[in-house]
Amino acid sequence: MGALNILVGVCLIYVAFLFAVAFGAERAALNGKGGWLRSPLIYTLSLSIYCTAWTFYGAVGYAARSGLEYLTIYIGPSLVVIGWWWLLRKLVRIGRSQRITSIADLISSRYGKSNMLAVGVTILAVVGTTPYIALQLQSVTVSFGVFSDAYGAELTEINHGNNALLVACGLALFTIVFGTRNLDANERHHGVVMAIAVEAIVKLFALLAVGAFVVWGVAGGVSDIFERIDASKIGQWDMRGDRWATLIFLSAAAFLCLPRMFQVMVVENEDEDHLRTASWAFPLYLMVMSLFVVPIAVVGLDMMPPGANPDFFVLTVPLATGNDGLAMLSFLGGFSSATSMVIVAALALSTMVSNHIVMPIWLSAQSGGATVSGDVRHVVLLSRRISIAAVVFLGYLYFRLSGGGAALASIGLISFAGVAQFLPVLIGGIFWRGATRTGAFVGLSVGFLIWAYTLLLPSFGTGTLIGTAVLTEGPFGLGWLRPQAFFGITGMDPLVHAIFWSMLLNTLSFFIASLVGFPSPLERLQGAQFVNVFEHSRTPQSWSGSLAQSEDLMVMAQRIIGAREAQRLFEREARRQGLSGLVPEPSPDFLAVLERELAGSVGAATAHAMIGQIVGGASVSVEDLMAVADETAQMMEYSSRLEAKSEEQARTARQLRQANEKLTQISEQKDAFLSQVSHELRTPMTSIRAFSEILRDSDRLSAKEKVRYSSIIHDEAIRLTRLLDDLLDLSVLENGQVSLNEQTGVLGDVLDHALSSALTGNQTVELRVMRDLLSEKVTLTTDLDRLSQVFINLIGNAQKYCDAPTPKLHISVQYGQGQLVIDFIDNGSGISKADQAVIFEKFARTGEQKVSGAGLGLAICREIMTRLGGSVDYLPGQGGAAFRVILPQSAALAAQ
Amino acid sequence: MGKNVLVIEDEPNIIEAISFILSRDGWTVATHSNGHDAVGVVTAALPDVVILDVMLPGKNGYDILRELREAELTKGIPVLMLTAKGQVKDREMAARAGASRFMTKPFSNAEVLDAVRELVVGEQQAQ
Amino acid sequence: MSDRPNIPFLERQSYRRRRLIDTVRMVPVVGAVLWAVPLLWPTPEDGAGSVASSDAIIYIFLVWFALVLLGAWFAFLMKRSDAQEEGGGR
Repeated sequence: MGALNILVGVCLIYVAFLFAVAFGAERAALNGKGGWLRSPLIYTLSLSIYCTAWTFYGAVGYAARSGLEYLTIYIGPSLVVIGWWWLLRKLVRIGRSQRITSIADLISSRYGKSNMLAVGVTILAVVGTTPYIALQLQSVTVSFGVFSDAYGAELTEINHGNNALLVACGLALFTIVFGTRNLDANERHHGVVMAIAVEAIVKLFALLAVGAFVVWGVAGGVSDIFERIDASKIGQWDMRGDRWATLIFLSAAAFLCLPRMFQVMVVENEDEDHLRTASWAFPLYLMVMSLFVVPIAVVGLDMMPPGANPDFFVLTVPLATGNDGLAMLSFLGGFSSATSMVIVAALALSTMVSNHIVMPIWLSAQSGGATVSGDVRHVVLLSRRISIAAVVFLGYLYFRLSGGGAALASIGLISFAGVAQFLPVLIGGIFWRGATRTGAFVGLSVGFLIWAYTLLLPSFGTGTLIGTAVLTEGPFGLGWLRPQAFFGITGMDPLVHAIFWSMLLNTLSFFIASLVGFPSPLERLQGAQFVNVFEHSRTPQSWSGSLAQSEDLMVMAQRIIGAREAQRLFEREARRQGLSGLVPEPSPDFLAVLERELAGSVGAATAHAMIGQIVGGASVSVEDLMAVADETAQMMEYSSRLEAKSEEQARTARQLRQANEKLTQISEQKDAFLSQVSHELRTPMTSIRAFSEILRDSDRLSAKEKVRYSSIIHDEAIRLTRLLDDLLDLSVLENGQVSLNEQTGVLGDVLDHALSSALTGNQTVELRVMRDLLSEKVTLTTDLDRLSQVFINLIGNAQKYCDAPTPKLHISVQYGQGQLVIDFIDNGSGISKADQAVIFEKFARTGEQKVSGAGLGLAICREIMTRLGGSVDYLPGQGGAAFRVILPQSAALAAQ
Repeated sequence: MGKNVLVIEDEPNIIEAISFILSRDGWTVATHSNGHDAVGVVTAALPDVVILDVMLPGKNGYDILRELREAELTKGIPVLMLTAKGQVKDREMAARAGASRFMTKPFSNAEVLDAVRELVVGEQQAQ
Repeated sequence: MSDRPNIPFLERQSYRRRRLIDTVRMVPVVGAVLWAVPLLWPTPEDGAGSVASSDAIIYIFLVWFALVLLGAWFAFLMKRSDAQEEGGGR
């Protein structure tokens, strides 16, 4: 009894040690010191959960019964891992880029985020895994029983049950504590991974220790053990070829499809490069694990009594030789194998159950869907924890109900064959874009039905779940449907038969149903994403987010991934969009990112549904479909990018052309202006030159002629000076360099001054000016000199151009609507419509000009009025030429 | 010599100057000051030489010259073009329109006189 | 992935890398073929002339070991070529 107590004590210490390791790893990761946690070695060791108690105990039993056949179970995975470049690399990349949480999530995500498919895969995974968990519980209790038998302690059936329950509770607790610390399944479970890495070392060490003891302690070294092997009942190669090949295939398939393997290989993967190390390290691990299996089996067969259970030779051989310490180590190895498997399996299954069954049900039970109040995060965590407990308890229940009868190995193979049914859908999904949801559904259903019918049901024993008559004559007497001889093909090994037909029909129906059906846009989109994961690891935009409310999304995201995480994510995305605030635009890009983040917590299908509820319906746009369109996807993407680029270039070219046109126009204007200036300068100069030469060269000029010609020269010189003055004035005004000299005065006085200045010339016909002096008593504060200049110009124009026999100029002043309006209206023939458009241009001269003028006057007026904050315009329809000068209110103080 | 010169120019001072110079040399000078009916005036007067300004109110000198060159009666009349825009392209336009001579304002009186004389001599030689 | 355009004188390197990947792909095929060899071994009813288990074990584990060595060697080469690509490809 003492040794048993020690065993219990060691066990408890070991468990406490595992808790400590897990806790320490979590802490290290939290403090950012977890670099060593993310090493390829840890990754490789975590893959060793493939080696469960079935390996630790069962492999020896398997070898004792069937010789080298047990090797197939390790050769398959070795080939898969060595061939990582083919498949694992792609799986891992997809898992990371799509934030896949489980194999059910992968399949559902690939086939259009279908929750139905996810539910189906989850149920099948639970069905396939539960016996396996039971197997682990059984191995722990039985190995404990082996110890107690050895020490003469009587353990009843009840004790066995209690032990199993205790183990189950402990494992559930461990998984809950370290498996549901983070909600996001893509946040790696450092604690769990570290603990199973430690356990991987323990079980390898234990098995090696027992093996070494057997080879060098019991037998007399390597050559002796080989002789013993050849002399034993498994001394000859007696392997059926079909079983050899089928089992290698089966184990390879199961390695890919087992939920727990998917968990450690894809979900917990930190870095794709780890695969490179695992590609040789993991086969090495498997090789070493299976190295001593046959020696232990052979020695056990030699030593132990004929009826002894070969499944526990690993324990019984050390015990029988009195090596209690070694036996205890061996027990710990077995315990490690069992517990690590249960922990990871429970973790993987609970994620699936929670994400694909519990959460959808809970969400649909809430009337408002994702937008209802309440912290979804807690619900998800709770649902995960309950799922873990449920999965483990289910295994316990199976263990109690099955009574632990069947040989361990056969349960393992049945379970393998079950999960292997995922393989066609999985491989098809990541390599064949034509695979559809319907195909997946049909294929999986067919595969599982055949598996259950040909393998699972008969495994419970003839006459229990499946009648003897059915087995020998087929259901309803249909001989070709006999569970172990489809289509009357007898003589096949039952396992090979089951795997052959289930895989064949599974693949076939998957293929045909995929060919016949037509996938939904989302399926095609996801298909392209999965198959071409290396070409574009980015999710395409599947949401048109214009309707989405960022605030609603924020509320939802906070509930699922936690307030801090959500805010960080939103802030990051907002920054990426170039926004300063906390809330990003609900762009398709952002929604895709958010959906993937949420998928990490609740699975792709649920995340899709939740976003869909807020955004208002899943919408795959035409452009998205274009992106999917078969092989041309990338090309189109490329060409659309080119198009965008060329459009941009065209836009730039257009802008350049416009700029060029403008420059050309300005240049032409400048040329025209220079040409005008030249003309205006040369014309008076011509007269000056001509008459000055006449004066110089002719001596027979009369005095009157001399005076006349001199005065012409004089006038033209003045004209030239005026022109230059105007040009300079205009230049100053146009460049804005003019400084206004503000004064206060009365409008009437300004007009008086202007009139007296303008009308000094001894004109032939006198211009009559009519004014309303009363209305002119307006006090102004502006540049009165400039204003006067404008008035002089306008009055001068009237005087020059008014062609009426008795020219009159009417000056009227109105004050109102915040402005002062001064009109100059003459009684001439006015200015033609065409000319009205150009009179304010420089050098614009209208019609037949009797009087010389540079044509700059009105241009200067306009510039001045603009400077004064007002305007001057031609006022059509007044009978004669009419100009309206407007001054702003600020200039006019008050009407008096 | 008693030859007729028609001056088509809108600047009164320039008209006066040219008239004075040519009259003094013995030419009979007629003047006209707008573009509208310049062609009609030339056709009616059929002068020996036309002095034509480019910038005329109503119709510019090039157009007038082109019309003169198209008409049978006037196509042979030597035309001296005057312009105040001394750019190269103006010279080209004048040549294309069929100007016999081209002068830029301001000109010297002697130049104009020489030009008119040469045009008449050249005309006589051509005939 | 690493198929980004390289500057010309690295062409040979990326060519080597492609062939290395081809080799890596071939390793599991070779392994599968070698491990299929036991299918050819005779399994007579009376046991006479069949392959001894010890020989079978030695053969299977030798294949295994060879595959591990090959895998490790190619993993090393891949790592080096990755490093080179990252170091020189920019």
